Amino acid sequence: MLRFVAIRLLQAIPVLLIISVVTFLMMKAAPGGPFDQEVKAMDEVIAALEAHYHLDKPAIQQYLIWLGNAIQGDLGPSFKYSNRSVNELIASSFPVSLELGLWAMMIALGLGIGAGVMASIRPNTTTDYLPMSVAMIGICVPRFVMGPILILVFAIYLQWYNASGWFFASDRVLPALTLGVYYAAYVARLTRGGMLEVLGQDYIRTARAKGASENRVILRHALKGGIRPVVSFFGPAMANLLAGSFIVETIFQIPGLGRFFILSAFNRDYTMLLGTVLFYSVLIIVLNLIADIVLVWLNPRMRFE
Amino acid sequence: MKSRDLIKLLLYGLAMLGGGVFLLYALSGFGNRPRLIDQGVKDKILHMGNGSEPSGIDVHLTTGVQEHAIQMALTEGLMSEDPITLDPVPGMAERWDISEDGTVYTFYLRDALWSNGDSVTAQDFALSFKRALSASIGSEYSYMLFPLVNGEAYFKGEVEDFDQVGAKALDDKTLQITLEYSIPYFLSLINHHSWYPVHIASVEANGGFADRSNTWARLGTFVGNGPFVLHEWNVNSVLSVRKNPLYWDADSVKLNGINFYHIESLDTEERAFRAGQIHKTYKLPLPKIPHYIAEKDPRLLNAPYLGTYQYALNTSIKGLDDKRVRKALSMSIDRDSIVRNVTGAGEFPSYSIVPPDCAGYNSRSKVEYDVPEAQRLLAEAGYPGGEGFPKFSILYNTLESHKSIAEAIQQMWKENLGIEVGLENQEWKVYLDSKVRGDFDIVRFGWIGDYVDPNTFMDLYTGNSGNNNTRWASKEYDSLVVAASKENDPEKRLEIFQKAEEILVDEVPFIPIYYYMSTYLVDQRVKGLYPNLLDHHPYKHVYLEE
Repeated sequence: MLRFVAIRLLQAIPVLLIISVVTFLMMKAAPGGPFDQEVKAMDEVIAALEAHYHLDKPAIQQYLIWLGNAIQGDLGPSFKYSNRSVNELIASSFPVSLELGLWAMMIALGLGIGAGVMASIRPNTTTDYLPMSVAMIGICVPRFVMGPILILVFAIYLQWYNASGWFFASDRVLPALTLGVYYAAYVARLTRGGMLEVLGQDYIRTARAKGASENRVILRHALKGGIRPVVSFFGPAMANLLAGSFIVETIFQIPGLGRFFILSAFNRDYTMLLGTVLFYSVLIIVLNLIADIVLVWLNPRMRFE
Repeated sequence: MKSRDLIKLLLYGLAMLGGGVFLLYALSGFGNRPRLIDQGVKDKILHMGNGSEPSGIDVHLTTGVQEHAIQMALTEGLMSEDPITLDPVPGMAERWDISEDGTVYTFYLRDALWSNGDSVTAQDFALSFKRALSASIGSEYSYMLFPLVNGEAYFKGEVEDFDQVGAKALDDKTLQITLEYSIPYFLSLINHHSWYPVHIASVEANGGFADRSNTWARLGTFVGNGPFVLHEWNVNSVLSVRKNPLYWDADSVKLNGINFYHIESLDTEERAFRAGQIHKTYKLPLPKIPHYIAEKDPRLLNAPYLGTYQYALNTSIKGLDDKRVRKALSMSIDRDSIVRNVTGAGEFPSYSIVPPDCAGYNSRSKVEYDVPEAQRLLAEAGYPGGEGFPKFSILYNTLESHKSIAEAIQQMWKENLGIEVGLENQEWKVYLDSKVRGDFDIVRFGWIGDYVDPNTFMDLYTGNSGNNNTRWASKEYDSLVVAASKENDPEKRLEIFQKAEEILVDEVPFIPIYYYMSTYLVDQRVKGLYPNLLDHHPYKHVYLEE
């Protein structure tokens, strides 16, 4: 197991290098620079800014300077927020995205697996169609529609929650729902599929023949195999959830990382962009690794592969 | 096997705990929660939306409106401004003398303190100006201080000794400013944040004097001299300020504090207003304005803003190099119809460059809406009925409202002149890049005045203006703008501007479309907040009434 983890982590190094180079090249190729504004600054000012951020040096050197600092854990200063570093911006915004992501994940798994299991017990009956139709709606309604509707009902008419911000405990509810319900819908469909496949297998018949109760068959024997597709789906999905959703963070004005990630590209905030891309890549690699480990844990057969 | 059971138990436990906590969170929303704005009225805390996260609060490094809104609370310059008329009123300077020729200002500072207890000195101002003019800091607004004798030379490194620059501390409380030429609106000009003082000792304690990455302007190290002090700053969330007990005029400050909420999306902000979280919005989403106008909602504030929405023409390309063509294009636009049917926020149509009532100036020369004359001019230029007219396109940054306006104008040109133009939208930074490189035929852009004087608009189309992307330049126009800057008699000066504007209207390097409005929602318990041309609201006059 340790060998497996070590190999995967070593493989990550060239991957991260390639990602950073490609990001750097694309960023440089995009027209417009970090210091272009509606009112054009004087040439002398632009020159001073470029000198300050090493943008006056050849591109290769710029990349190497950034890389050298990044290896030492310093992602550089943000161009847009002049006296803040990329490290501190990520450090302050990632925990927020992480928290929101965890709540959303909880909702996704709780609602999704519950609905999926329920649907799979009696396939093609009302208890199947009803949760699956709701799930279909959940997948189809985009988050930028779901969010404002929830706000309209619960924040503006009922006045139970705030319409925006991340100040009180209750501010977690609406964004987590908006983000979670979408994933719950996917999870429900994946669980149903996985369960139906497993429920037809021999070992389930064996369990039933032994006289195990239906509850026990479903929850102990079938579920463990049935949620395997959910686990493989959740590796990358978790990275998405935890790194923050630009849409949900914008609708609810949540100070998370997801918005920095997108806005840094619009702002041509080079260091911020490279920093968030790198951070996001590491996150995906680690979460995928964890998902693989969990899969092995759930399915002993994979240990040999 | 045992450890696996333990892990399972742990997972189940975590799931249950998570579910429980979330339920608690959900329930905590119920009950009689006072709305933030009601609580704010009780505590005298103003809650206001303030656009996107400010890039910083260092007065020498920022350019945006939302940064300025915060800087006004934390810092005070030599002068302050009247909340209604924006006329300069004494700030850090108690009184001042102006030399006969209008080039030497002597400011006598009052006994005022920084928020850490240091006294505000003339040296603070002189050194702040030095910092603003230091090229290494990369301040976009350095040029605002160029009127100082040798200001520009110091910035460009031609003069190395700051003693030769026209900003001298004669003693602790006397500041002498010497200008290259007299500027009638100088006392208003220095209300711009680039002229605000910074606390030099704090700057030097947190990095280089003119180093952009200096960290002094942050919570804990920031020292200001304004009516409020920095209290809390959470990125992308809220920046709050509280009353400064050491402010010289603390008695007239009625608010205990202000919370600036940084809400990127205008729709989100409007919802926060409706949910009772903020007293004032930063702006209002364009599609919602007509609705509030139709409802006659008393919370809607809609006032002229010092800015002109316009199309700059690339006069170096064939077709647009002909003045008659440019005139025809401008004359065939029905601006009334655009503000009535397209923009719909009560904007005023624009027929020249300077917005109405700008420091007593109202443009005399105007573009006429005259279709037959436009058709005649176009025919005279060799394109009768639009025949053989080259294919142009209108470039704008990707935004629904720009698109609607461009479509309306496209339609008007087609109907009135028989010409076809294309539309092209680009992402913001790409658009800025195209604009500066002159890679456009017709480009939309907005120009917002920095101070209330026609000069801030007239400057735009001079030959050496970095923002004149039209490739049009006129020696006569340039010399008029220079002449105006040297004219001491206010009447005569405005008369020179009229002449200069006449040239612009006749030459048409750009097509004016409408004048901006500042539009936002304000809770009716907010008092002392008046609409004005710069949308500046000196906070010491603002209060909340139960």
